[in-house]
Amino acid sequence: MVATTQPSGPEAIAHREWSRYTSKERWRRYGAMALVALAVVWSLSTINIIWPWLWDAPQQMGDLFGRMFPPSLEGWQDIAWTLLETVNIATIATFFAVFMSLPVALIAAQNTTPNRFTLWLGRFILVSSRSVNTIIWALLFVAVFGPGVLAGILAIVFRSLGFLGKLLGEAIEEIDRAPIEALESVGASRFKILVYGVIPQVMPTFFAVSILRWDINLRESTVLGLVGAGGIGIILQGAIDTFAWQTVATILLAIIGLVIIGEAISAYLRKKVI
Amino acid sequence: MSSTVQPTGRTWKKPPFIANPVVRWGLLLAVAAYVWWALTTLPFDWERIQDGIPRAIRIFKGAFPPSFIRGELLFDGFMESIKIAIVATLLGLALSVPIAFASASNIAPKWLYAIGRGIIIVARSFHPVIVAIVFVKAVGFGPLAGILTLTVYSIGFVAKMLAERIEEIDWGQVEAIRAAGGATFVTLLYAVIPQIMPRQIGLSIYQLDSNLRASAIVGIVGAGGIGSTLLNAFGRYDYDFALAITLCIIGVILVSEAISGRIRRNLW
Repeated sequence: MVATTQPSGPEAIAHREWSRYTSKERWRRYGAMALVALAVVWSLSTINIIWPWLWDAPQQMGDLFGRMFPPSLEGWQDIAWTLLETVNIATIATFFAVFMSLPVALIAAQNTTPNRFTLWLGRFILVSSRSVNTIIWALLFVAVFGPGVLAGILAIVFRSLGFLGKLLGEAIEEIDRAPIEALESVGASRFKILVYGVIPQVMPTFFAVSILRWDINLRESTVLGLVGAGGIGIILQGAIDTFAWQTVATILLAIIGLVIIGEAISAYLRKKVI
Repeated sequence: MSSTVQPTGRTWKKPPFIANPVVRWGLLLAVAAYVWWALTTLPFDWERIQDGIPRAIRIFKGAFPPSFIRGELLFDGFMESIKIAIVATLLGLALSVPIAFASASNIAPKWLYAIGRGIIIVARSFHPVIVAIVFVKAVGFGPLAGILTLTVYSIGFVAKMLAERIEEIDWGQVEAIRAAGGATFVTLLYAVIPQIMPRQIGLSIYQLDSNLRASAIVGIVGAGGIGSTLLNAFGRYDYDFALAITLCIIGVILVSEAISGRIRRNLW
């Protein structure tokens, strides 16, 4: 931390100056900053932004929020019902994803997978599920099954599978070996080892991860409708397309409420389970 | 365990996860009833769904092999996504530092704390796609809407994590600077910021990765980047190009995740 620039000697020591970084550290910091600056300059100079639109933006935003106020309560029954539908999509999808993720987690964990092939199969399922976003899954399922809740449910199931499977698989890899050995030594079959040795140990993680994913899915299910996959997004898109900004405001407030309630419930449940 | 010991003929049973039988069966019944109710009230369009399998076959036939003929379009889309991610990350970080200070309960006065937390809650509650729609309406189609969206998205995450880190700082250093007569700003600069800097750098790199990921999807509602390219390909039934784009998105995300993970491991 302390850099001495002068050679030794009492005079020199008395005149040393404290500095926070050594010169090597300082140059590395300058280098990192220059890199960041370069990246930003490159991005801003080549990006296709119409600058007048940016200068206009605060006014436009103000105008938009002005039109949203006051939120209109018209058609609130519709909004409430669709909100419930959104919750159902998220919950049902999480429910199915949870059951489907168990076998995937078991074959993707090194200590429970039957052989190398299943290990790689499990990992392949997890990676491909996780790296495609819910919206992109929804786009695909809307193309296949048409607009509607099924596409939304499938999209969430396919995305959640990877998330749940990965976290659960990691939990399975970290279990205590002793109960497994005990079961093996009394001659339990592989299936019994799973049921009595592995699953009880990962049960708390299983519930915690499921609740966490339910919370995330609740958020994601609010946007599925924008690509036609059911839920509150559909009426949000409809309201935006018809410039019914006061209804848009109501829907946005409803979404905030839903997300906050969902977070509170999941926090409460997690505390209860762990 | 139980007090009534029967000498022989007992078989061991796994203790149930929920001890109270009424709660256990009640919960199971409630879940089953809920699933049944939800599945029957959700508006499934079964006729359209039955068309699904032949359609799926057609889509997959159209998608294989993935076509990289319009590679230039793909490259431009990715470049735009990367630029959006870089600018939005920087803007988001710059804004989230003051917001994080405002929402740390040990530093900010009560009224400021309420404002800061309010901003974070609003920024976090909305999925980036919803924010993107609003911005697209306000500032038009294109990367500008994407940048603004991801800025809000970054604030929601970075400000929250940073505020939590600020609330955990070692208070002794703050007291020392104050005792030496440091003004509020000086205290923040010399006592708080050095303590939160490592977390801030880690968060920045994580957020860059996260923004790149999100920029792939905000394009779907018109906010620029590779998502717009993907939506166009889907809209024109160019399934082979769409598959090529999706594969590239997966590839880029995996690479960026690996890089950001590696840098963060070295930092911490």
